[in-house]
Amino acid sequence: MFSYEFMRNAFAAGTIIAVICGIMGVFVIARNMSFLTHTLSEIGFSGAAFGIFAGWTPLSGMLLFTVVSSVIVGQLSVRAERREAATSAISALFIGLGILFLSLANTNASYATNILFGSVIGISSSDVTQMLVLSILVLIVVLVIYRFLKFDSFDHTGALVKGLWTNTLSVTFLVLLALSVSVAAQIVGSLLIFILLTLPAATAKYFAHSVGRMMGLAILLALVGVWSGLALSYVTNYPVSFFIAAIEALFYFIALGWQHAQTAAKN
Amino acid sequence: MTSKTPILQLEHLGMTFPGHPVFNDLNLTINRGEFWSIVGENGVGKTTLMRTILHQLRPTTGKVNYLPSVNAVQIGYVPQFRNIDSEYPLTIRDFVGLNLTGWKLPWLSRGERQRVEAMLKQTGLTKLANRPIGQASGGEKQKAYLAQALVERPNLLILDESTASLDPVTKTELLDLVQQINQTLDLTVLFVTHDIPLARRYTQQFLMLTPQGTEQGAIDQLTDQKVWRGEAEHV
Ligand SMILES: Nc1ncnc2c1ncn2[C@@H]1O[C@H](COP(=O)(O)OP(=O)(O)OP(=O)(O)O)[C@@H](O)[C@H]1O
Ligand SMILES: [Mg+2]
Repeated sequence: MFSYEFMRNAFAAGTIIAVICGIMGVFVIARNMSFLTHTLSEIGFSGAAFGIFAGWTPLSGMLLFTVVSSVIVGQLSVRAERREAATSAISALFIGLGILFLSLANTNASYATNILFGSVIGISSSDVTQMLVLSILVLIVVLVIYRFLKFDSFDHTGALVKGLWTNTLSVTFLVLLALSVSVAAQIVGSLLIFILLTLPAATAKYFAHSVGRMMGLAILLALVGVWSGLALSYVTNYPVSFFIAAIEALFYFIALGWQHAQTAAKN
Repeated sequence: MTSKTPILQLEHLGMTFPGHPVFNDLNLTINRGEFWSIVGENGVGKTTLMRTILHQLRPTTGKVNYLPSVNAVQIGYVPQFRNIDSEYPLTIRDFVGLNLTGWKLPWLSRGERQRVEAMLKQTGLTKLANRPIGQASGGEKQKAYLAQALVERPNLLILDESTASLDPVTKTELLDLVQQINQTLDLTVLFVTHDIPLARRYTQQFLMLTPQGTEQGAIDQLTDQKVWRGEAEHV
């Protein structure tokens, strides 16, 4: 299967995505942002549709929409309870807009499914380079703010006392998340990005007890999901997102079961 | 005691939540190396006062001044409540290390790791260091919070009922540790508590909040009767 260029590109892209999602996912879980990540991916869909409508690439539209909206959501994040409702409203609005842009752009249905559910065949080597550049950018910023982000994500109370600029950190993180969503959407599709950004890290949380180990395990789980998803999709011709979703969900349920057994054994 | 250097001054400090005054015209000077107890009945505003001091709440009137400058004062705070659920993943060791933000590499330097280990030892947490803090007992959590606050070597430490869930022996051990740092390193301590005998044993000054106003003085003037006036009458 590696004799095809598109498969080599898909594996390269998948590897980049798994690494980014493993690292960012740990913060997403620690900051309780699964729901927001889901919304960002819907916004990404709308952005991609807009990109096509405007005659840009889907990725540019996606970047524009997710980054702008993440900054807005960051300003809006005053009250946790209110945020959930506000986020749902925003997400409804953007899905609607996405559908509107797609119909205005007059593209055929398969193009829409590609954006939503991802596609392996579409990935060129210039796409891979683009993703690599964006991912390295995200990684560098994470590296620079790592200790502050870690403190704020895993102990917000402590970070506040310390006088860390938690609001700036929160907006910075959202922008990084927006970039990651746009990168990951290239292969798993915008509706399923949040799987890779949440499930591997959520699973890792049950087995690893330091931030570094959680990241390592989350990357590993994401890699296993993406690689086997690609291979299975190649063999069976079924969509790659289905396999990735199924594998990551399976890992997660195993982790839950394991955790349950552990607690039961203790009592 | 050494000569007095003020590090924290509250000037005419007042705090009112919508339709609900908490405290008013509070004036207080805290000098370096002092050990204060903050007492008063439930809901009188002790936590609110601490959060105002930490700039987490903006006072309605008056000012909180740090001297000589805010930057020079490193604050350690052990809050009354914290968001750590039973599935919280980090180990006690990693939780303590979170507060080390000085050195910029993602991983802790050797010196930093030694500081964490020393702190774990001083708080009696060495054996539990690898346990996820979500699974630790209430008292063990309090110890970890204290260790985290102390690991960055603060010069002002605020303890909000941090000893309430500790057994008598552990309580003494931890306050001995705080007292030792207070004496050797001039750590200034604000200790919010309902335990008057404990306050009398460890602290030098008290600030008492009541719905009518505040009172401050040397600790030997503080008695159970004074704080629990209402109840004392019924006894
Ligand atoms: N954010 C808030 N908004 C409105 N009212 C508040 C807020 N925080 C505290 N209060 C009220 O202010 C009063 C003081 O609360 P605070 O938590 O400071 O009391 P406390 O002295 O620490 O009590 P305890 O001994 O029970 O810890 C209470 O009546 C409380 O209901
Ligand atoms: Mg309180």
